[in-house]
Amino acid sequence: FPPVSFLSLHHLCLLLPSLPTDATAVRVLLSGDFKVSQAETRPGNDASDQLGAAAMEASLRAHRPAALLIFAFLSLLSVSSSAAQEIQILNAERRIDLSSQVAIVFLTLKVENTGKAAASDVLLAFPPTEAEHLAEVKAQAASGKKRKKTYAHLIVEPTDVPDAPNGAKGFRLALHNPLSPGETTTIEVLYMLTHSMEPFPAEISQSDPQLVYYRDSAYILSPYRIKQQTTFIKTPSTNVQSFSRVEPTNRAGMELKYGPYEDLPAYSYSPVLVHFENNNPFAVVEELVREVEISHWGNLQITEHYTLAHGGAKLKGVFSRVDYQSRPSASGVSSFKNLLARLPPRVHSVYYRDEIGNISSSRLRTDSRKSELEIEPRYPLFGGWKSTFIIGYGLPLEDFLFESTDGKRYLNFTFGCPLSGTVVDKLTLKVVLPEGSKDPSAVIPFPVEEHMETKYSYLDVVGRPVLVLEKKNVVPEHNIPFQVYYTFNPIFMLAEPLMLVSTVFFLFASCVAYLHIDISIRKG
Amino acid sequence: MASPESAVNGPTMTAGAASKSLRNAFGGVIAFIILVLIGVLAFSIRLFSVIKYESVIHEFDPYFNYRVTQFLSKNGIYDFWNWFDDRTWYPLGRVIGGTVYPGLTLTAGTIWKVVNSLNIPLSVETVCVFTAPIFSAFASWAAYLLTKEVKGPGAGLTAAALLAMVPSYISRSVAGSYDNEAVAIFALVFTFYLYIKTLNTGSLFYATLNALAYFYMVCSWGGYTFIINLIPMHVLLCIVTGRYSSRLYIAYAPLVVLGTLLASLVPVVGFNAVLTSEHFASFLVFIIIHVVALAYYIKGILSPKMFKVAVTLVVSVGLAVCCAVIAILIAVVASSPTKGWSGRSLTLLDPTYASKYIPIIASVSEHQPPTWPSYFMDINVLAFLVPAGIIACFMPLTDSSSFVILYIVTSVYFSGVMVRLMLVLAPAACILSGIALSEAFNVLTRSIKFQLPGIAGNPSIASEENGSSTVVAPNDIPKTEEAAKEKPAKKNRKKEKENVEKKPTPSKTEKRLLVLPLEASVIAVLLLVLLGAFYVVHCVWAAAEAYSAPSIVLTSHSNDGGLHVFDDFREAYSWLSHNTDVDDKVASWWDYGYQTTAMANRTVLVDNNTWNNTHIATVGTAMSSPEKQAWEIFHSLDVKYVLVVFGGVVGYPSDDINKFLWMVRIGGGVFPHIKEPDYLRDGQYRIDAQATPTMLNCLMYKLSYFRFVETDGKGFDRVRRTEIGKKHFKLTHFEEVFTTHHWMVRIYKLKPQRNRIRGKTKKSKSSRSVSSKRDVRGKRNPWH
Repeated sequence: FPPVSFLSLHHLCLLLPSLPTDATAVRVLLSGDFKVSQAETRPGNDASDQLGAAAMEASLRAHRPAALLIFAFLSLLSVSSSAAQEIQILNAERRIDLSSQVAIVFLTLKVENTGKAAASDVLLAFPPTEAEHLAEVKAQAASGKKRKKTYAHLIVEPTDVPDAPNGAKGFRLALHNPLSPGETTTIEVLYMLTHSMEPFPAEISQSDPQLVYYRDSAYILSPYRIKQQTTFIKTPSTNVQSFSRVEPTNRAGMELKYGPYEDLPAYSYSPVLVHFENNNPFAVVEELVREVEISHWGNLQITEHYTLAHGGAKLKGVFSRVDYQSRPSASGVSSFKNLLARLPPRVHSVYYRDEIGNISSSRLRTDSRKSELEIEPRYPLFGGWKSTFIIGYGLPLEDFLFESTDGKRYLNFTFGCPLSGTVVDKLTLKVVLPEGSKDPSAVIPFPVEEHMETKYSYLDVVGRPVLVLEKKNVVPEHNIPFQVYYTFNPIFMLAEPLMLVSTVFFLFASCVAYLHIDISIRKG
Repeated sequence: MASPESAVNGPTMTAGAASKSLRNAFGGVIAFIILVLIGVLAFSIRLFSVIKYESVIHEFDPYFNYRVTQFLSKNGIYDFWNWFDDRTWYPLGRVIGGTVYPGLTLTAGTIWKVVNSLNIPLSVETVCVFTAPIFSAFASWAAYLLTKEVKGPGAGLTAAALLAMVPSYISRSVAGSYDNEAVAIFALVFTFYLYIKTLNTGSLFYATLNALAYFYMVCSWGGYTFIINLIPMHVLLCIVTGRYSSRLYIAYAPLVVLGTLLASLVPVVGFNAVLTSEHFASFLVFIIIHVVALAYYIKGILSPKMFKVAVTLVVSVGLAVCCAVIAILIAVVASSPTKGWSGRSLTLLDPTYASKYIPIIASVSEHQPPTWPSYFMDINVLAFLVPAGIIACFMPLTDSSSFVILYIVTSVYFSGVMVRLMLVLAPAACILSGIALSEAFNVLTRSIKFQLPGIAGNPSIASEENGSSTVVAPNDIPKTEEAAKEKPAKKNRKKEKENVEKKPTPSKTEKRLLVLPLEASVIAVLLLVLLGAFYVVHCVWAAAEAYSAPSIVLTSHSNDGGLHVFDDFREAYSWLSHNTDVDDKVASWWDYGYQTTAMANRTVLVDNNTWNNTHIATVGTAMSSPEKQAWEIFHSLDVKYVLVVFGGVVGYPSDDINKFLWMVRIGGGVFPHIKEPDYLRDGQYRIDAQATPTMLNCLMYKLSYFRFVETDGKGFDRVRRTEIGKKHFKLTHFEEVFTTHHWMVRIYKLKPQRNRIRGKTKKSKSSRSVSSKRDVRGKRNPWH
C-alpha cells in the first residue's frame, strides 16, 4: 500500500474548505462526483494546480441532475442487496493520527466480492462509543493501476446493520459501479473522532505535561471477514507511557504498529489502550452561535458567539503567574493563550469583545486571498478553564450573494468554525435573510437540523426570516461552502427608508398644524 | 432692554411690521439652530472616551447603576422595587429597590424600552453609556432656559454654550460615566428654571411642572436637598427685602406641598421628606410665607390704623406660639444623635466632621476639600467671569437675578467643602459667566457700533426700524421681545467683528452714556474672544485627556509611540466569572465591590454603597490581621476567594497597599485591637526593610507581595520606589489561584480547613498559644 495515496487524499480533504468560492467550485461540491486525475503521479505539484484540474474536469463531466439520477438508481439497487455477506476484505490498513485533539483515522480497504450477485454497497461498522464522537466520514473508491489511479467520491449514509453485535453502528458506502462477483476494488475512508482522548491523570498541576488515554480495538471492526490487516497509531511525541499488546505489536518512535493480523472473522474486537503525552491545546468550542445577516444594501454582517473551554486535563490548585511568565517552556505546556481565526478576504469592521467590553489582545492581518485574526482570550486557558467572547465582522455582499438561473438569490458561505484547530460541540448557524424574503432553503453537503425563526432588527415590521442550522460535533473539515436559496423582491429594500421619510414628514406636518391651529378655549 | 432692536437684518428690509415678523422668525430659527448645535457639542465632546477607549461603563458606581438597569430591563419595574440583592453585603444582602435613587435607572430603562419597542436592537449597555451625554445636552438647554428667564436669550445662549463644555460637568458625564449626577444636573437646572419661570409668570401650570421636575430630581440624586434648601432661602430673601408678591407665593407654596408629597413616594426618601432636618427649612419658610401672605392680605383690607393694632396683637400672640413651636422642634431635633442630619449633610455644615467621626466618608477622595488648582481645572476661566456676572445681576436686581446670586454663593461654599460638589457649582458658574460675557459683549459691541458712523449705511431705515421697535417693545409681547433678543445673542457669540463692519448703528440717546472708547472696546472684544478660545481649548483638552479614561482600562504610551493596554481588571473579573462557582464569595476592599458583582457576577462582602460600617471594618480588620486570623475571619464569612489589587509591578498607584491605611483606620474604628501606630514606623507608612513587623505580617502585605521577589530578583516596588521589606515567605492559609498579566489583580483561594488528625499532632506544640488566641478572637471576629 503506497503511502503516497494517503497523502493525496489527505491533501484533498484539507484543501476542500479553501476552495475559491466561485460558481465552478460550488458545482463541484454539489455534484459530489469528481475525479482528481493523476494526483499521485505528480506529488511535487502545487496543490492548486491539482484542484484547478479537478474543478475543470468535474465541471465538464458532472451535472447535478445526473448525480441525483445515479444516486436514485444506486439506492434502488442497494435495497435488493443490502444484507449481502459475500464480501470479504483482502487487505485493510488503518492509520490513526493522534497528534491533535481530534483522532483522524484513515482506512484503506481492498474489497473483494466473493458472492454470486453483484454488490452495490459496502458497509462500515463503528463501536457505539466511537459512533457518538464521529464527526465526519468521507469515502472514495480508487480504481485503475498504480500510476493512473482515479478516485470517485462515495456517498456515505448511516444505516442499520441487522446482525451487528453490541449496538455497533453502521455506515453504508454506495459504490458507483456495482462490484461484480470476483472483482476487487479499493476504498479509502477518512473519519474523525472528537473527544476520543481522555486525559489521565484527569487533574494536573501547572508544570505537568498532559497525558491522555486513547481506546480502540487492535482489530478493525467490520461486518466482513478480513484476510489481512494492520493498524498504525501515530502519537504526537515519543513519550508513550504504556500501550496494550496484541501480538504482533511494534513501537518505533512516534508510531505504534498493531498487526499484521491474518484472517479474522467479522466483528472481531480486541480492545487496546494507549497512554501517551499530548500537549496540543484541547481547544473546544462548547457552543458556537454564528449569525449571518444579509443586508441588500451591500453588507454581510457576521456575529459569532463563542463559549470556549480547554477540554484537556484540569488544572489542579495553583496558577502561578511567576512560573508561567518566567518558564514558558516548562510551565503550562498544555495551556494555550492564542487562537487563529481564518476569515474571508476583504473583511472589515472586525471586533473582538466579550460581555464586559473590548478585548484588546488581537491582531488582524489581511491580504487579497484571506484574512487572519489572531486573538488572545483575556487569560491563558488551562485545563477546565472557560471563556466566552464574540467576534464580529462585515463582508462585502457581492462576494457571497449570487443570483441563480431560476431568478432566486443564493448565499454561498462557509459552514463551520473559523477558529483553526478547534472542535465545536454544538454549532448553530443562523442565516438572517432580509425582511420580505420568502421560501428559504439550504443546500448543505452533510446532514444538519433545520428550523425557522423570526428576528426583529432595525425598524422591522414583519420581521426577518431566520434559517437556523444546527450541527453537533463540528471539526475543521466541515468548513466547506453551503448555499441558502431564497426569493426577494427588491422593492422591500425601500420600505424602511420610506418609513423614516414619512415619519419625519408627519412630524413636520404636525408641527405646522400645531402652529397654525389655535386650540385655546378663551378667545381674546 | 430695547437695545437689541438695533440689530438690523440687511438690505432686504422693507416696511416695518412685515420685516419685523420676518426677522423675529429668522432670529428664532437661528437661536434654535444654535441650541441644536450646542446640544450636538455637548453630546460629542463627551464621546472622547468612546473614541479613545471603547464604549464601556466607567469606574465604580456606574457599574452598579448598569447592573440595576440590566435587572430592571430583564425583570420589569415591580421586581425592581422588590429587589433584594443577595449578591452583595454577604451575609446581610441589600434591599436595592428601597435604597437606591431610581431616577437614572428608570430613565435609561425607559429609553431602552422605547428604543427596543421600535425594533432598534440597542443593548442595555449602549443605552447606559450614552445616557450621560444625552442628558448633558438637555442640561445645557435647561441652562439656556434658566438664563433666558434671568437675563434674556443672549445670556442664555452663552450660558448654554459654556455649560455644554464645562470640564467639571464633563468629568461626571462622559460617555460611559453612567452615574446619578449625569441626569441630576439636568434635573437641578431644569427645576431652577421652572421655579424662576413660575416666579416671573405666576402661572400655576409652571408651578406644577416645577413640583414634577423636583420629583425627578429627588428620584435622581441625594443632592435634591440643595434645591429644597436653596429655594426657601431665596423666598426668605425676597420676603426680607420686601419683594413678596403673589407670584412668589405661587412659585413656592405648591412646590413645598406637591414636592414633599411626591418626594415621599420615592422609597429611598420616604418619611425622611418630613422627618429629617434637611427639609425643615422648607417647612419653616412655608409657614413664614403664609404669615406674610396673610399680613399682606390683611394690610390690603384694613385701614392703616387698624392694621397697626392688628400687628401688635398678632405679633404678641404669634411670638408666643412661635416660641412654643421652636422649643418643641429643638427638643425633637436634639433627641436624635446626629441632630437629625445625615452624615454627609453634617460634613457640609462642618467640614471637619467626617475626618473626626466617619473615616469611611473621609476616605473617599471625592469627599476631600478641593485644592485651588482643581477650581482652575474644573471651571477654568469661569472662575474669573463669575464676579462680573454677579455684578451684572445687580443691575438691575430682580427676583430671578437674586436667585442666581444666591445659587452661586451657596454652591461656592459647598464646592469648597467637597470636591464632588464642584458639580453643583459648575452650572451656576456657567450661568453667571454667560450673563457676564453677554453683557460685556453687549456693551462693547454697542459702543463700537455707535462710534463707527461711516458704516451706518442708511440711517433713515435704521431709525425707522428703531422707532418701530420702540413702539412695539412697550406692548410687552413676550414673543417679539424674545425673538428680537436672540439676534444679538448670535452675534455676540460668533460674529462680533463682522457686525462691526456690516451693521448700521442707530442708538438711543440714553445708551450713549455707557459708550466706551472705540479702541478700548475693540481690544476688550478681542481679549474676550481670546478668553473664550482659551476656555474652549482647555475644555477640549480636559475632555480628551483628563476625564475620558474609563479607569478599568489603563493605557500607557511606549517610547516608540505604541499604545500599551493594561486590561487586568477585566481579565480578573472575567476569570472569576467563568472559572469559579456561581455562589462563591469574593472578599476584596469595598472599592471593587460594585465591579465584582457587575462584571464577575460573584457575591461580595462589601461594596461601594458603604452602608454598614461594621462590615467594612471587618474586612479591613481581616486585611490588617496576620494570615491565620484573617483566614478565620474570612472563613467565618464563607469567603472562598480574596482579591487584592497590586500595582507594584507596573507602577499603578491606586492599589490596595496605598489604600491600606484606610483599612487599618476603618477596621480599628470598630475593632480596637487594630492600631494604626502598629503599622507605622515613626509615623511613616513604609513597606521596606524599616517597616514594622505588624505591617510585614499582615494579610494585605503577604497577598500583595507573594512571590513578587521572583519577578526581578530584588522585589523592587515601582509604586513605592523601594525594595520590599520581607521578600521570601510562604502562605499557609491561602493559595494563589490567579494573577493577571501585569499582576494588577491577584486572586487567592482560602485553603480548606485542616484535617482534625493533623491538628491533633500539632496541638502539643502550640496548645497554649492557640487557647490564649481564641479568647482574643472572640472579641475580634464579630461573626463567631
